[in-house]
Amino acid sequence: MRRARAALELLAPVLLVVLVALFGTIVSSSTQTYVVTTLVNVAIVVALYVFIGNSGVVSFGHISFVAVGAWTAGILSMPASEKPAIMPNLAGFLRDTTVGNVPSLALAAAVGALYALIVGLPLMRLSGLAAGIATFGVLEITHNVLRYWEKIGPGLNTFSAVPETTGLLQACVGALIAIVVAFGYQWSRYGRMLRATREDPAAARAVGVSVYGQRLVAFTLSGAIAGLAGGLYVHLLPVNAESFYLDLTFITLAMLVIGGATSLWGAVVGAVAVSAVDSFLAEAENGVSVFGRTLDLPSGTRIVVVGALMALVLILRPAGLTGGRELRVPQALRRSVLTKFSA
Amino acid sequence: MTVDWQTIADAFGLGGMYALMAVGIGLVFGVLRLVNFAYGQLVMAGAYSLAFAYERGWPVWTGILLCFAVVIVLSVAMDWVVFRPLRTQTPAVMLVATFAVAFLLQSIALLWFGPLGKIAASLSSLNQPWTVGGVDIRKISIVSTAVAAGCLVVLLLILARTNVGLHMRAAAMDFRTARLLGVRANRVIGTAVLLSGLLAATVAVLMTVQTPLVTPDFALRDTILVLAGVVLGGMNRLLSATLGGFAIGFAAGFLGGALPTDQSQYLPSFLFAAVILVLLIRPGGLFTRAGQQAVERV
Repeated sequence: MRRARAALELLAPVLLVVLVALFGTIVSSSTQTYVVTTLVNVAIVVALYVFIGNSGVVSFGHISFVAVGAWTAGILSMPASEKPAIMPNLAGFLRDTTVGNVPSLALAAAVGALYALIVGLPLMRLSGLAAGIATFGVLEITHNVLRYWEKIGPGLNTFSAVPETTGLLQACVGALIAIVVAFGYQWSRYGRMLRATREDPAAARAVGVSVYGQRLVAFTLSGAIAGLAGGLYVHLLPVNAESFYLDLTFITLAMLVIGGATSLWGAVVGAVAVSAVDSFLAEAENGVSVFGRTLDLPSGTRIVVVGALMALVLILRPAGLTGGRELRVPQALRRSVLTKFSA
Repeated sequence: MTVDWQTIADAFGLGGMYALMAVGIGLVFGVLRLVNFAYGQLVMAGAYSLAFAYERGWPVWTGILLCFAVVIVLSVAMDWVVFRPLRTQTPAVMLVATFAVAFLLQSIALLWFGPLGKIAASLSSLNQPWTVGGVDIRKISIVSTAVAAGCLVVLLLILARTNVGLHMRAAAMDFRTARLLGVRANRVIGTAVLLSGLLAATVAVLMTVQTPLVTPDFALRDTILVLAGVVLGGMNRLLSATLGGFAIGFAAGFLGGALPTDQSQYLPSFLFAAVILVLLIRPGGLFTRAGQQAVERV
C-alpha cells in the first residue's frame, strides 16, 4: 500500500509534465516556446517547493540561485569567439574555458548548490519574517552584483549567443530530474525530519532533529535544482540580470502558493496552471483570436490577473488548489480495489 | 569621499522620509503582526494623484487633498479586502499575500498610466536652495526633516495621550489580552491603518518633490529598503522600527551622495549585507533592549 502511494505521488507529477511536453509537440513553434518555458518554470517551482514546502520557511532568495546557475551555464557555454564582444571584461579563466551543453548544466546545478550552501550556513538560523527579509537581502545583493560586476559576466548586457539547446526534450528532462530529486528527498528520512520541524519545531527538536541542519540540507538541494533551472533558462532565451529579479520571484512564488506549497503535486500543478494562464495572457497582449473574436489586452494584464489570482487563492483557499496534498486515489476506488484483491 | 552640507542635509531628509514609512509599516505590524510589502504602492498611488492634479493645473492644495483622499481610501480598502480575511494566517503567508498585492497594484498602475510615467512637479519650487550661514541647502531637505519630525511628535502625542493611542499600544503588546480587557479590535486596527495611510500620503507629497517622475515602480525600491531598515531596528517597538528606518535612509542618502559612482553602484549590496549581519548578530534588532525578540531563531 505504501509503495502504491509512493508510486502515485511520483507518477502524477511526472505524467503531468510528460503530457505538457507532448502537447508541445503538436502545437505551432511560437506556442512551443511557451510550453518549454512552462517546463523550465516547473523546475524552478519544484526547487522552491523542496525548501519552502518542506520547511515552511518562506524564501525570497531562490531566484538568485537561478541567476547564478544561468550565469555559470551561460558564460561557460558561450562560444569563445563571441565572448569578447558581449563580455569584454571577463576574468581570464572564464574567457578561456568553454564547455558543452550537458556539462554546463551540471556545473550550473553545482554552483547553485554551492552558493545556496554558503548563503544558508548563516541564514538557516533564521525563521519567519527574519528569514523572509534576509533571503530578500540575498536576492538584492545577487542582483546588484551580477548587474555591475563585469569580471564574472555580461553586467548590464544580455546573454546573447549562448547555444539555444533548451528545446522541448531538454526542458522536459530537466523538469523530470527536478521532480524525481524532489520526490526522492521528500521520501527520504531527511525530508521527513524537515517536515517534522515544519509541523512542530519544539517536538522535532525534542526527538533529536536539528532544525538548522535539516533546513540547510534542503536549502542546498533546492539551490542545486534552482541552478539547473537557471542553466535551462539561459539556454532557452537571451536573459540578463533583470530577468532574475522581482518579477520572476513573484511569479514563481505565486505558482507555488496557488498550486499548494506543501506538496510536490501542488508545486507542479501550480507551475503548469499559472504558466498556462500567463502564456495565454502574454499572447493576448499581442492580440489573439478566441472563438473567432480578436482579444487584444493592454500590456501588464498578465501580472494583474496572476496577482489577483494569487490574492484570491490566499484568501479563499490558503492551502492552494491541491489543498497542499499529494494526489491520492479516491477512498471509494481504493476500497473496491482492495476488496477485489483480498477476495 | 566628498562630504558637503548638502549631502548631510539630503541624508537627513531621506532618513526622515524613510522614518515616516517605517512608522507607517510599524503601526500596522504592531496591531496586525503583518508586514505590509504593499506600503510603497500606497505612496505610489498618492504620487499618481498628485501627478493627476498637476497635469490638470489644479492648485497645490487640491492636489495634496486628492492625494490624501486616494491613499486613505486605498489603505482602508486594502485592510478590508486583504488583511481582514488573512488575520489568522502565519506572518510568512501574510508577507507573501502583501507581496502579491504590491505586484497587483503596480501592474494596475502600469495598465492605467503606462510605463513612461507622469510628472508631479507642483511643489518643485522646494528644490531651490536656501542659504543658511553661507551654505546653500535645498529647501526640500529641510522641509522633509521638519515634516518628519513634526509627524513623529504628533504621532507620539496620539499614542501617549489619547485613549485610542493607549489601546493601540496595548494591542501591540498583547492583542488577545487587550481584547479581553475591552479594547475594540476593529477600531484599533482601523485607526492604525488610517494613520499609516496618512503617513503614506505625506511621504508621497515629499517624495514627488525629489523625484517628480512618477512611474509604476515609484517607491518600490524605497519600500524594500525601509522594510530592511525596520527589521534592522527591531520590529516589535515602534521607536526602534522608526530609528531603523531613519538609519537606513540616512546611510543610503549619505553614502549615495558621498561615494563615487563606481562604488555607490554596489550600495544596495552593502546595505543588505549589513541587514543580514544584524539579523544574525542581534536578531531582535539594533535598537531594542536585550530580551525583547520579535524574531525567533533555531
